[in-house]
Amino acid sequence: MEQLKLLVEFMADNQAKLLEQVLEHIGLTFISLLLAALVAMPLGILITRRQRLAGSFLGLAGILQTVPSIALLGFLIPILGIGVKPAIVALFLYALLPILRNTYTGIQEVDASVKEAALGIGLSQGQLLRQVELPLALPVIFAGLRTATVINVGVATLAAYIGAGGLGEFIFGGIALNNTAMILAGALPAAALAVLFDQLLALLQRGKVGNFRRKGPVLLAAVALLSSAYFWPQAYAPGWKAGFPPEFMGRKDGYRNLVETYGLQFNTTVLNNALMYSALKEGEVDVISGYSTDGRVKAYELAILEDDRHAFPPYYCTPILRRGLMEEHPEVVEALNLLAGRIGDSTMALLNYRVDFEHESPDAVARDFLIAHGLWRPDRTQGGETLIIGSKIFSEQYILVELFSQLINGYTDLDTDARPGLGGTKICFDALVAGEVDLYPEYTGTGLQVLLNTPDSVAREIITDADAVYGYVKKQFKEQYGIDWLLPLGFNNTYALMIREEMGTKLRLERVSDLAW
Amino acid sequence: MIEARHLSKRYGDFTAVDDVSFRLEPGQTLALIGPSGCGKTTTLKMANRLIRPTAGSVWVNGKDVAEQPLEDMRRRMGYVIQDIGLFPHYTVAQNVGVVPRLLRWAPARIRQRVGELLEQLGLPPGQFLEKYPHQLSGGQQQRVGIARALAADPPIILMDEPFGALDPLTRQQARRDFREVEALKNKTIIMVTHDIEEAFEMASLIGLLKGGRMQQLGPPEALLLEPANGFVREFLAEKAGQLELQSITLASLFPRLRQEEPVGAPILELAPHTPLLYAIHHLAKEGRHTWGGTQLSGSRRYFQLDELFHLFRQTLAPWSN
Repeated sequence: MEQLKLLVEFMADNQAKLLEQVLEHIGLTFISLLLAALVAMPLGILITRRQRLAGSFLGLAGILQTVPSIALLGFLIPILGIGVKPAIVALFLYALLPILRNTYTGIQEVDASVKEAALGIGLSQGQLLRQVELPLALPVIFAGLRTATVINVGVATLAAYIGAGGLGEFIFGGIALNNTAMILAGALPAAALAVLFDQLLALLQRGKVGNFRRKGPVLLAAVALLSSAYFWPQAYAPGWKAGFPPEFMGRKDGYRNLVETYGLQFNTTVLNNALMYSALKEGEVDVISGYSTDGRVKAYELAILEDDRHAFPPYYCTPILRRGLMEEHPEVVEALNLLAGRIGDSTMALLNYRVDFEHESPDAVARDFLIAHGLWRPDRTQGGETLIIGSKIFSEQYILVELFSQLINGYTDLDTDARPGLGGTKICFDALVAGEVDLYPEYTGTGLQVLLNTPDSVAREIITDADAVYGYVKKQFKEQYGIDWLLPLGFNNTYALMIREEMGTKLRLERVSDLAW
Repeated sequence: MIEARHLSKRYGDFTAVDDVSFRLEPGQTLALIGPSGCGKTTTLKMANRLIRPTAGSVWVNGKDVAEQPLEDMRRRMGYVIQDIGLFPHYTVAQNVGVVPRLLRWAPARIRQRVGELLEQLGLPPGQFLEKYPHQLSGGQQQRVGIARALAADPPIILMDEPFGALDPLTRQQARRDFREVEALKNKTIIMVTHDIEEAFEMASLIGLLKGGRMQQLGPPEALLLEPANGFVREFLAEKAGQLELQSITLASLFPRLRQEEPVGAPILELAPHTPLLYAIHHLAKEGRHTWGGTQLSGSRRYFQLDELFHLFRQTLAPWSN
C-alpha cells in the first residue's frame, strides 16, 4: 500500500514528464515497427518465391535476435552516435525476425492444393499473392506484428540508456536511486502499453479476413500516426537541449533543484554518465550535468558554467565506514587518512582522464599515484579478514576503490574485496547500512541532499560553506546510522553544468544564470 | 482439338514422362491410368504448363500453348484436382466466380452463371451461394470445385483424380451425376485416375502409362481385347471380366448379330450402347423365348441370351473355335 501511495504521488508530481515519456515510447516502438514491416513483409514474400534465400535470411534475422539488446545498442553507438537513431535501428532489427518469419511461414502454410488450384484455373503469380496467399496468411502475419510490437515496447525501455527517451528514463533513474516508485512509474506504463497494443492488433485481426484491402491502409495510417508520437513532445519543448543522467533527474539536489533555483527550462534527454560527455562534444545536446573532476572536461574542450546561485552543495569526497568498523579496525582509519587532503580537483581530473580517455586500468592509475606520493607499500596480507569496498558506477569511484584497497593491503593485515560498480548512490548506501559493504567513497553534498532528509532551511543556510556541510553530514550520519565519515580526500566533485567551449565563447555564457533567455 | 506431341519430363537423371503423345477430338474423354509414379499426373500438368515439359509440346486448336499468355491459356482450360483446393476465405459464389471475375465479366452475368452451374450440380443456389467451403461436405466441395472449373465455359477440362477425395459410395453417385451435368456435355476432358473402373466407365480413350511411357492408347475395349503387351494384360487382369462385360457393348458386337427378324417371338428393345453385362442381365429376366433387338444407324439386329454368351466367348478367345 505504501508503495502504491508513493507511486501515485510520483506519477502526479511528474505528470508532464510521464506523458512525454509515454509518447516517446510509443513513437520509438512504432517508427521501428513500421520500418521493420516495410522491409520484412516484402522480404518474407520474396523468400517464399526464392526458397534458396529463405534459410540465410531467416538465419540472419535469427542471429540478430540473439544479440543482447544492451550489446546491440553498444555496437550501434560508434556508428550512429547516441539518441534516437541507434535506438530505432536496434528496435528495427529486433522487429525484423518475427515479421519476416511469420510472413514467410504464413504464406508457406497456405494449403498447397489451394495454390495449385489457383494457378491451374489461371490466376497470375500476383493475383495468387494478393487474392489467395496474403489474405490466408494474414492471421499469421498479424501474429508476427503483435510479437514484434510487444518486443519493441519492451526493448524500447533500453532506449533511455542511449539518450533516446521513453519510459526507460524512469526505470533507469529509479534503479540508480533505488527508488521503487520511480521504477514502477516507468515499468507499469510500459507493460500497459505492451498489453494495449497487443490487444488492439488482436481486435483488428479478428475482423473478417475479407476486409484486408480496407484494413491495410487504416493500419498503415494508424502506425504512421503513432510513429510521429515521438516528435510531439519535442515539437513544443522549449529550452536548452540538455542531457542529464538518470540519477541527476531523480535526485533532490539534481534537476528539480537546478530548475527551481535558476528558473530555467530544459528540453531534457536522459543519458547515461558514460555517454553524456561525448554527446555534448558531438553536439547531440548543448548542456550536460557533468562532474567537475571528470577527465573529459579538458579532453573534449568543455566549459563549466559557474554555479552562481549555489544550486549545488559542495561535494567533497570522503571514505565512509559502516557502523563499528572504526572501533574494530582503527588501523584502517589510519591507512585511509594517509590520503586526506592529498587529491586536489586537478589531480583527480588527471587521474580520471587517464582512465576515461587513455583507457588505463584504475588499478594501475591508483598504484602510480601512491608510488608518486611515496605511499605505496607491497601487499602484506596473508589471508586476514576481508573488507568489502563498494563503489558507484563511474571511473572516479573505481580509482578511489583501488586507492583504498591498495592502502589497506599495504598498511594493515586485512584483505580487501573490491565491489566496484554496485549501482547508484542509494544502492551503495543501503548496502553500507546493512553491513554488506564495509566502506565506499561518498560525497558531502550527496550525503546532505540525497541520503539525509535535510530540511531545506538548514541546507540553504550551510550550502555555501564546505566545512559546515562536512560537519553536519558527519554528525548526522553518526547519529542516525552509526556511519563514520573520515577526512575528506581534498577534491570537490560537484555537479556542474557544462557546455562546449566554443559555444560558451560565441554566446558569452559563463554562469548558469546566463542560460536564462 | 488438344494434342500432345512427344511430351517428356526429366528431373535430373530421373525421367518422369518419356515421349508421350495423344490426340483428342472435341467431346472425347481421355483417361490416363497406370501404377503410381507412372507419370500420369505429370503428363496432365504439362497440358496447362503447371509443369514445363523438358521436350515436346501441347497444341490446342492448332496452336502451341507455350506460345500463348500463360494465364489466358489456363483460363480456357478447366482444372479440377483431387484435393479440390477451394479458396477457404471465399464463399461458394466467390469461388465459382473466380475465373469470370478475372475475365472481367459483368457482375450480373457472373451471378447468373454461378446460379445456373450450382443448380445443374445439385447445389440449390439459395442454400449454398453464401456458404464457406468448410461448411460443406466432401461431395459438395467437389461439386463446387467442378463448378469453378466450368464457370467460364472452357472447352477443355483437365481433371486430376476428380473423385479421389470421396468415399466409394459417394464416388459412384458423383460419377453418375457428373455424366448428367449439362455444362459438361461436349467438353473435351483429360482425366487422371487410379480407378480402372472409373476410367472404363467415363472415358472414350484410355492411355495406360508405365515408367513414363505410354503402353497403350486406345478405346477401352481395345485395351481389353487387343492388349498391346503383357503389362497391359496384367494390369487389367484382375478387373478384366467385369470390365469386359461393361465395356463391350451391343454396338461393338453389332456386325455379328442376326439380321433376320425372328417370327412370333417377344422382342426386348435395347439401346446399342448397352454394355453386354446389362444386356445379359435384362434378357435373363425375361422368358427363355424372348429375343433382344437393337438398332444402329438405320439397320436392325436380333439376338438371344445364349447367343450373347457365345459371341462373348468368341470375342475374348477367337482361337477357341
